[in-house]
Amino acid sequence: MNFLPLWRYQNQLIDGAIVTLELTVIAALAGLLIGVAGAVALNGRITPLRWLVRGYIELFRNTPSLIQIFIVFFVLPNFGLKLPAFEAAAVALSLYFGAYSVEIIRAGLDSVPKNQIEAGQCLGLSGWQVFRHILLPPALRNAYPAVTSQFVLLLLGTSLASQVAADELFHVAGFIESRTYRSFEVYAVICVVYFAMAMSFKALFAIIGLAAFRWPRRR
Amino acid sequence: MRSFSLIDFVSLFAALRWTVALVVLALAFGAPLALAFATGRISRFAGLRWTMAACIQIVQSVPLLGLLFFFYFGMPMFLGIQVPALVAVTVAYTLYTAAFLGEIWRGGLEAVKQAQWEAGSCLGLSAWQQFRHIIAPQALRLSLPPTVGFLVQLIKGTSLASILGFVELARAGQVVSAATFQPLLTYALVAAIYFALCLPLTLWSRSLEARLDGSR
Repeated sequence: MNFLPLWRYQNQLIDGAIVTLELTVIAALAGLLIGVAGAVALNGRITPLRWLVRGYIELFRNTPSLIQIFIVFFVLPNFGLKLPAFEAAAVALSLYFGAYSVEIIRAGLDSVPKNQIEAGQCLGLSGWQVFRHILLPPALRNAYPAVTSQFVLLLLGTSLASQVAADELFHVAGFIESRTYRSFEVYAVICVVYFAMAMSFKALFAIIGLAAFRWPRRR
Repeated sequence: MRSFSLIDFVSLFAALRWTVALVVLALAFGAPLALAFATGRISRFAGLRWTMAACIQIVQSVPLLGLLFFFYFGMPMFLGIQVPALVAVTVAYTLYTAAFLGEIWRGGLEAVKQAQWEAGSCLGLSAWQQFRHIIAPQALRLSLPPTVGFLVQLIKGTSLASILGFVELARAGQVVSAATFQPLLTYALVAAIYFALCLPLTLWSRSLEARLDGSR
């Protein structure tokens, strides 16, 4: 076991980690947008749209992320949409994360009792005020743990983008392996880097959660 | 180049047996370990609790892909002998399953009220009897929906074994796609097979959860 040959590849490792973070943040933001739009559509009155969103959720939650990435990268060019590896992975991961986000956000909105909204309307608050002051804060607090743990799973899941040669961390591992033949050492180091990133995010989210959701819980 | 024919169709379904085999192996070894994790996490001994928590935290904070590569290249190194890919892959999936199921089951165990243990001990039951006859049945009922949900994760997760060259469904899809130059048809079919495996489980998990909700 010899980790020394890896030392000179630290810049590649850092670059890979940055691409991984970019991929994660892009997919998370796009996925959350999809999640909000989907949750609104699911609670809306247009039945075909509801079916469409349901179909989307079930399709993306019940097939492997790896196959989704392959389809975006290898199949979409048949329809004239040729995306580079990073973009293809970003699209596939956004759609995957979005499918989970819809359910999480909808569950968060549904967790607020209806009579609280009615109470707000009785007090003469406008639709926006009800949303902003009565619906949103508890819905955010209830959805927060699920969103953050899904975010960490997304961070780990971006490793699949290496399979279409997006130059994120896991792909960098393959590159270093091909140069040094130190297979085990490379992947051990990569695991540690992912672990460090995942734990940092968990700690960050815990602190943000404590700071942002301090008001007392209803008992 | 040849066109997509019946033989390709058959080879995809033939590869499906390895996907199923991986799931079965992961559950066969992972479930007992998960039980050990879950009970260790609620143990009276702080040292044991911390160790188990650390193990789970590590496995859950590393990509499944990383876990697979770690054991694929690491096992021969630790053991000093060449091990078949299936063994290394099984070890990785076992740990993955144990970490996630362990946390799910711990949640189930902790959701059973403390008074239930106390009531058991008032009846003169031993700690094991309390666990076996009072706590475990209730915890099982509570944790069944997320357990079935995790099964879906696991089935999808077996697709990563393809990256180590293991010929299960996803890998067979790559092979067929490369041979026929029909990625659209092939990957749509592969996705459809995964979907057909996972959707019933998802729906089952949801109906279990709904039933649980009504009974409380």
